[in-house]
Amino acid sequence: MSESSTKPALPTVRDAHGNTRSVATLFELSRTGRQGVTLPPLDEGADETALMQSILPEGWQRKRPARLPEVSQLEMIRHYVNLSQLNHSIDNNFYPLGSCSMKYNPKICDWVGNQPAFNLVHPEVPQALAQGTLGALYTLQAYLKDLTGFCAVSLQPAAGAHGELAGMMMIRAYHQRQGNTARTEVLVPDSAHGTNPASAAMCGFDVVEIKSNERGLVDLNALRAALSDRTAAIMLTNPNTVGLFEEDILSITQMVHEAGGLCYYDGANLNAIMGRAKVAHMGFDVMHLNTHKTFATPHGGGGPGSGPVAANEKLEPFLPKPTVEQRPDGTYWLNHDRPDALGQLKLFYGNTEVLLRALAYLVCYGGDGLREVSEKAVLNANYLKARLKETYHEPFTQTCMHEFILTSRHQRADNKDINTMALAKRLMDYGFHPPTVYFPLIIPEIMMIEPTETESKETLDRFVQAMVQIADEAKTQPDLVLDAPHTTPVKRVDEVAAVKQLDLNYFANHAQGAGN
Amino acid sequence: MAKAEDYGIPEGTKFLDTHEYILFDEDSEVALVGISHYAAEQLGDIVYVELPDVGEQFEQGDTFGTIESVKAASDLYMPVSGTITAVNHILEEEPELVNDSCYTDGWMLEITVNKAKQLDDLMDGEGYIEYVEKAAV
Amino acid sequence: MLDTIGVDSIDALFSAIPPQLQGLCQFDVMPASGLDELGLQQFFKQFTEANLAHHYDCFVGGGAYNRFVPPAVNHIASRSEFYTAYTPYQPEVSQGTLQMIYEFQTMVSELVGLDVTNASVYDGASAFSESAVMAVRIAKKRHTLLVSKTVNPHYRAVLDTYTGVLDHINVVPVDLTADLEAQCCAVGVPPNQVAAVLVQLPNYLGFLEDQAMVTAFCKAHGALKVAAVDPVALGVMAAPGKSEANPDGADIVCGELQQFGNYVNFGGPYGGFVSTSMAHVRQLPGRLVGCSKDRTGKRAYTLTMQTREQHIRRAKATSNICTNQSLNILKASAYLSLVGPSGLKHLALLSAQRAHRLADQLCRMTGVSLMSAAPYLNEFTLILPVAAQAVVESMVASHGLVPGIPLSRYESYFPNQPHALVVAVTEMNTPESLDRYVYALHHALTQLGAQPGPEPRMPAPAAPGLPKSVMSRSVPSPHVPNHKGVVQHV
Repeated sequence: MSESSTKPALPTVRDAHGNTRSVATLFELSRTGRQGVTLPPLDEGADETALMQSILPEGWQRKRPARLPEVSQLEMIRHYVNLSQLNHSIDNNFYPLGSCSMKYNPKICDWVGNQPAFNLVHPEVPQALAQGTLGALYTLQAYLKDLTGFCAVSLQPAAGAHGELAGMMMIRAYHQRQGNTARTEVLVPDSAHGTNPASAAMCGFDVVEIKSNERGLVDLNALRAALSDRTAAIMLTNPNTVGLFEEDILSITQMVHEAGGLCYYDGANLNAIMGRAKVAHMGFDVMHLNTHKTFATPHGGGGPGSGPVAANEKLEPFLPKPTVEQRPDGTYWLNHDRPDALGQLKLFYGNTEVLLRALAYLVCYGGDGLREVSEKAVLNANYLKARLKETYHEPFTQTCMHEFILTSRHQRADNKDINTMALAKRLMDYGFHPPTVYFPLIIPEIMMIEPTETESKETLDRFVQAMVQIADEAKTQPDLVLDAPHTTPVKRVDEVAAVKQLDLNYFANHAQGAGN
Repeated sequence: MAKAEDYGIPEGTKFLDTHEYILFDEDSEVALVGISHYAAEQLGDIVYVELPDVGEQFEQGDTFGTIESVKAASDLYMPVSGTITAVNHILEEEPELVNDSCYTDGWMLEITVNKAKQLDDLMDGEGYIEYVEKAAV
Repeated sequence: MLDTIGVDSIDALFSAIPPQLQGLCQFDVMPASGLDELGLQQFFKQFTEANLAHHYDCFVGGGAYNRFVPPAVNHIASRSEFYTAYTPYQPEVSQGTLQMIYEFQTMVSELVGLDVTNASVYDGASAFSESAVMAVRIAKKRHTLLVSKTVNPHYRAVLDTYTGVLDHINVVPVDLTADLEAQCCAVGVPPNQVAAVLVQLPNYLGFLEDQAMVTAFCKAHGALKVAAVDPVALGVMAAPGKSEANPDGADIVCGELQQFGNYVNFGGPYGGFVSTSMAHVRQLPGRLVGCSKDRTGKRAYTLTMQTREQHIRRAKATSNICTNQSLNILKASAYLSLVGPSGLKHLALLSAQRAHRLADQLCRMTGVSLMSAAPYLNEFTLILPVAAQAVVESMVASHGLVPGIPLSRYESYFPNQPHALVVAVTEMNTPESLDRYVYALHHALTQLGAQPGPEPRMPAPAAPGLPKSVMSRSVPSPHVPNHKGVVQHV
């Protein structure tokens, strides 16, 4: 724990004029007695202390107030505006973070999500008072079924990983219903998102890793060898995490089905194939969609997301409840009466606000528009790949889908101190967010680039220019790259110290907030 | 080819292909267990080591603990069957000892060896160095 | 661009997708063409106009509460730099989000009285379930969880779903007011096999149940205590976490943060949190932000202890959770820094004052009483002389007021309680709306054949601002899909 004598200097932010200003924590800004909002007084001039005594027995009463910040509204606004200026975001500049679909979301979708008529509906009000929300959700269910080719959708899961968990639970319930408790293994490619094995394990499944072949695809022989009467399911992302479409997808799903297993589709990369292929047609039984990623909810610094699950007839009975349904008179209701359904996965019904933005996005684009979204995403990725493959090593040479991978092999051949992390950090000096690095784990020194459909050719060209220049710097001025970033508000962060001297709470590790 | 002593590997140390080492003392029939210099280097700055309690018994190949760097976590495997007689609690506060001196101050377990014959199947120092040099290509 | 790639058509880029899949890909329900922005606004009117809830006086809680959201909260939350950033994997360009989360962790830890709080999980219910599973990991060889029967039924339902697939975990519902040892023995569980006792403060019914039995049980048998809390209540309620000052406190505290600056939003997105002591930090699910230094020695923040998480530990992670609810906890943090400690206390007291006033007036009616004599803050459960569901229907239809949640809605968790109504009051429920509630309940009870006693004073005109057209429309008719299920756009 850090000593106050060695307290590091406060971080600074560079403003538009290049001046630096300190960004203290809220606790350091705090001064006793300040408050950022005016609130209505107690009714009938009641006294706080007397009221407290009358409603709460002594033993339940708080004796020491929590050291929450005491700041004026201006100080609070300045604090967060200053903090915000330390972030890179899509609205600032290009954000080619592979596997994350960092696309621009039309602000009209936020307008929909921010309508008070939606925001102020309590989830426990009688459903007659929430027909608009239910109608919108019902419409979204219908559109998602259409998009994926499945017959049923539940909007309940709160994020992609949550959807995976739901899907795995449904698969488990299905096998149990068949009286088959011996199917305990879930097959996951070695290139899969970490959430896949984690979700399977949370359902009590054993995870069996399938090696990828030299073309970055599922190795059919490895798959065949792994299949057995213990196989509960396979979890696949298609296009996969190196940006390649599994050409043998129909054989893969057929092999798994013949072995008695089910097929789970991780919808993380749906952005590549909208209007080109439906997931159900590929032979999958159940999937989740990342509506925040493929459609429209900005990522918010890590969330919220939303991860609806879609399923075929076989798994439909197990979808988490409730689902939104329509009566013959046109009104909507929440159907809890689904005897085989998984129970509830989250508080109430789903991340409604995120789902409404997804509906807005779908209505905004329409079917043809979605197809164009995927086409543009794939075009942008292949264009970038073509422009960069001379400079960077390209492990897989096929046409990619919406994202692709490169490595720093050429740069490391010249100077073995250079690595992908250094190149990524140097990109920050050019104003770009780095690609996803060191994922998937199957290729060393990997970077995964996903430009998305919303970027212009001019932006892609600027990115290419930066990447080529950095490769040149790696050769001619390696220290410039190795010490990067140079222009960010803070320089390379000591992540080792962050674990060894764990500091997760201001008051536990720093002097008391100044001024109090 | 490099020699075992170039890496500070004490004479008689045996290795598992998952990079755990065991140094068996025939007189006392106790052994020290840790991870190799190569594994420590591959992991980078080690920030956490989770070790079992004294008295726990393990079979050869069982997971006895975990070792972590900032961006990686690896299971630790038992080189031979045995019972834990001591663990290196200093590693809880100073896990970097594994990076600095894995064969001495960075030891992890002291165990009594139940089946000394299992030691015969493990690689010796020279064999291990050959093994990791091959893996590095 | 196609020339650079070296193909002659977009179709060529999709050649890896089997042609039979491409041939099948037609949309039957979604319209082919999209709407312009103005058209989209008009399209959504059919939905916003069909929602009526926001025109009603709402006394509904049960885990989500309609509270005042100071406009400064959404002003900050809509900053592009927060709103359109991703998870802060690259700390050098994410210090804003990282510092915000670190401050959030500190604020919640202060409120609950524990060392460390995670960077949030989906919501209170998933926080509760993650806490339960975490307790089993900490307790190692113990696999039974005792869950109080008065915990929010949604939390219990989610716990049942999460643990239902984990064969090694056994969940036993218990009554906190009866002998816990006896309840263990009744299901054949030795008390020393209990990993944790799970409670809620205040409970779903709004009451603060005496914790003496739980404390004694945990002490005697070495079980952990997990408490789900109402975060606004923490403005006035003693910090529930275990500490030197509070040795009987909970080892793990979790809860739902929606009330801090987030709208009720028909159920989400919200934000849950899990707090614990440093001793158990390695078992926490979800992201954590730590304060460290950059290479020049400046204070700098980063995600830390990531080896607990799915992207590194994969199948052995503490949870599969990937996202946190960053934007929701930004709102919570902005909210807490606006209201501060005295504002939070004040809002807790103001809500409680109004709740107590309402309860006192309602309980003057014949046949109406509180379900428990235990202390409560802004939420309480009434026992009515008639079915609560009928009362709700009557008050909604005739008075533009939603009086609460009939407990019978959660029959499987609260059996045989047809007359119980859970009522929540916040600062948003004005004193005038309390008068309307009293009048409306009296009217509804009378209509339903009860004899509640003297009629209360007629309140101010019903629900000011409520449009007549809304009041008169009992079954709203939003857009109607045609016979093929195709939604009409025009």
